[in-house]
Amino acid sequence: MSVLRRIVTRRPDMVKILILFAHPVLEKSRVQSAMHRRVQEMPGITVNDLYQCYPDFDIDVDHEQELLLAHDVIVMQHPFYWYSAPAILKQWMDLVLQHGWAYGASGDQLQGKIIFNAISTGGRQEAYRQDGYNRYTMEDFLRPFEQTARLCKMRYWPPFVVHGVHRMEPADIQLHAVQYEELLIALQHDRISAEEIQGVRYLNELTPISKTIVS
Amino acid sequence: MNTNSFFFQAFVYLSAAVLFVPIAKKLGLGSVLGYLLAGVVIGPAVFALIGNEGQDIMHFAEFGVVMMLFLIGLELEPALLWKMRRPIAGLGGMQILFSTIILGGLALALGLPWQQALALGMILSMSSTAIVLQNLQEKDLMRTAAGQSSFSVLLFQDIAVIPMLAMLPLLATLPIPASDDGAHLNWVSGQPAWMQTGIVLGSVVAIILSGQYVIRPLLRFVAATRMREVFTASALLLVVGIAVLMTYVGLSPALGAFLAGVVLAESEYRHELQSDIEPFKGLLLGLFFIAVGASIDFSLIMQQPWTILGLVVGVMLLKAFILLLLGKVFKISAGQNLLFSFGLCQVGEFAFVLFSFSRQEGVLPPGLVNLLMAVVAISMALTPIVMLINQRILMPRVSVGDSNTREVDVINEENPIIIAGFGHFGSTIGRFLRANGINATYLDIDSDRVDLMRKMGFKVYYGDASRYDLLHAAGAERAKIIIIALDDTEKRLEMVHTIQKHFPHITMLVRARNRFDAYEQINAGMQHVYRESIDTSVRIGMDAMQLLGHRAYTAQRAARTFFKFDEKVLKELAGVKNPQEYVIAAGNMIQNLENVLKNDLQSPFLAQDDSWDTETLREEMRDKDS
Repeated sequence: MSVLRRIVTRRPDMVKILILFAHPVLEKSRVQSAMHRRVQEMPGITVNDLYQCYPDFDIDVDHEQELLLAHDVIVMQHPFYWYSAPAILKQWMDLVLQHGWAYGASGDQLQGKIIFNAISTGGRQEAYRQDGYNRYTMEDFLRPFEQTARLCKMRYWPPFVVHGVHRMEPADIQLHAVQYEELLIALQHDRISAEEIQGVRYLNELTPISKTIVS
Repeated sequence: MNTNSFFFQAFVYLSAAVLFVPIAKKLGLGSVLGYLLAGVVIGPAVFALIGNEGQDIMHFAEFGVVMMLFLIGLELEPALLWKMRRPIAGLGGMQILFSTIILGGLALALGLPWQQALALGMILSMSSTAIVLQNLQEKDLMRTAAGQSSFSVLLFQDIAVIPMLAMLPLLATLPIPASDDGAHLNWVSGQPAWMQTGIVLGSVVAIILSGQYVIRPLLRFVAATRMREVFTASALLLVVGIAVLMTYVGLSPALGAFLAGVVLAESEYRHELQSDIEPFKGLLLGLFFIAVGASIDFSLIMQQPWTILGLVVGVMLLKAFILLLLGKVFKISAGQNLLFSFGLCQVGEFAFVLFSFSRQEGVLPPGLVNLLMAVVAISMALTPIVMLINQRILMPRVSVGDSNTREVDVINEENPIIIAGFGHFGSTIGRFLRANGINATYLDIDSDRVDLMRKMGFKVYYGDASRYDLLHAAGAERAKIIIIALDDTEKRLEMVHTIQKHFPHITMLVRARNRFDAYEQINAGMQHVYRESIDTSVRIGMDAMQLLGHRAYTAQRAARTFFKFDEKVLKELAGVKNPQEYVIAAGNMIQNLENVLKNDLQSPFLAQDDSWDTETLREEMRDKDS
């Protein structure tokens, strides 16, 4: 806990961001590991590497709840597996979001906090359309997360998505990692308004990558 | 007090060493110069605390060189030799060839017969393994290009001694003088030259064969008794035995020891032999340097100061020049080349051996030999000074921007993990790591087991893993992790202390027999302590739960929760207890168990699974409905 407190108290004016990071084989990932490396070095951000902390899936509920209370923005950063998150994130939700604490008549500990997914997918954005290969949009697939957040009285924001990772050049991966970092910096300094969120499909649109440099 | 008594002699030598060596090291001169100075001071030249017996001491102390060569041999696995074949044969071979030709040629020009000139050239081409390696190691230069090249040349010289010793009798032109002491009486010198050469070659083959088929089984037999001092005794016996045998057939004991070392380099006892011989070698080598210092014949120098000085400077400059050219040919960068050529320009301790051998064989006249012995001693004494001047004055001018130091193979294994103890416990760890492609260096005290595991392809070494020297030999400097899986509780703790003292950078994972053992280790500062039975006991409990009808996942989570809780309590209780209290005594056991059981009552077992319990949710629904 002392580590956490140190991070949080260093810049009391900054928005405190907690990243729930879930990747079962980080050593084989390209995009997620680039994003992970970026955020790990950022001051004032807590990265909670779930597979590293709980290889046995025995999630420490008390510790996780304390972490949630100490932060304002929760980012669920993970690859998109079978149109959802890796298993440990579901385990985390099952165990940590307790009735009477996170939801239910007296469960309001998370009220008002912001939560969103930061996802990487193999499919291109065109595949996630009604006439596309996957038949539904990202928004459709993320409904369970949205409703979970709603039930916990949190604000669910649109996702940050990196599409088409299988065919992505290493240089473009870095561009997306930088884009992610820029988004988090903007968030940290509270530079994103509720109105801006209304108008976007993905959070990527808030910190766009220049068309001239992406391949 | 009788100044000839053994104890008085020992007192003089030891106090000279203890006084001068630390001072020399403090001044950055290196230990070799310290020993030499000590020798000069206690020798006939200054205090005359030791007199004419300097020569006798030297004979005795030459045994240090024998041991050093045995150790050098031990470090040279044939595979490593093969890898370094180019610098060794090329650089080393050229060095001896050109030095012999040029120095011998000069001697010939000065009017010596060709046989004597050739012998002289060969002998003077030798450099001092003892001084140079000691110096390079002390200054941490072994891994530089200069260090590696020096090692290659020295190694080739060490090997070249074999054919030289075989050749010298063939160059004899003088009548063989009467032997000055009994040690040199041997039947070989009475044989004709071709016979002597045959005997030399025969002895070499005999050593190689016996190393493989006699010494190894013998060591295995001794190791099985598990008596440390007997193993040390047999290690010494091995070297002494070879020395005796070699002297008997009239060969250099150093040679035989070197060969025996190479033969045993691949054996499982390599590290243990190394660490057993090492301290003897160090002391005897020190004694050897003291004797060199003491035996510098100052009266002879006074008689012919300019001749001797001229010879010393001439020989050293010529050798340095040849080395400098060779370094250029072998593309050693300028700064490194200076270090290499000035480091090796002295005449080494082998020259003493070869000179006395050639006097004995009637190759060189005694007068010449005495003169040259003084030259050799002075050139050895000058080496640390030359190296110092080179490093402080010459190199800084040349080596600006010179970063051409290549990474080279180091003689020891460099696995990031060392596992001590290869019983049931350690071997499972080893198998697991190997199955995942992680190589480890293993140390074990059971010779039969070492044998078996080596047959299975593990790198296992025989020895007491709690000893600094064995850990050092196993590459602990560069290891990241040491797993202490020894069977013996006391030994484990001993090992922890040794590592804390000498290798504080290493993370230790320690096996513990039970709670009390674990307490002691935790209090010794260990972070990673593993009780041998806890996992198994909890697993039995878990299976029992399942057999009683509990769901598998519930039982498993219960087991893991219990395990984590127990580990936490272990650390807490270890902190509470004072050292006397966790002595394994029946009363304490019960009291400790009581503490543990009391703690269990407050444990959060399965409380975490409340999340999956819908009781509160259903309650809320009922409240709403009513």
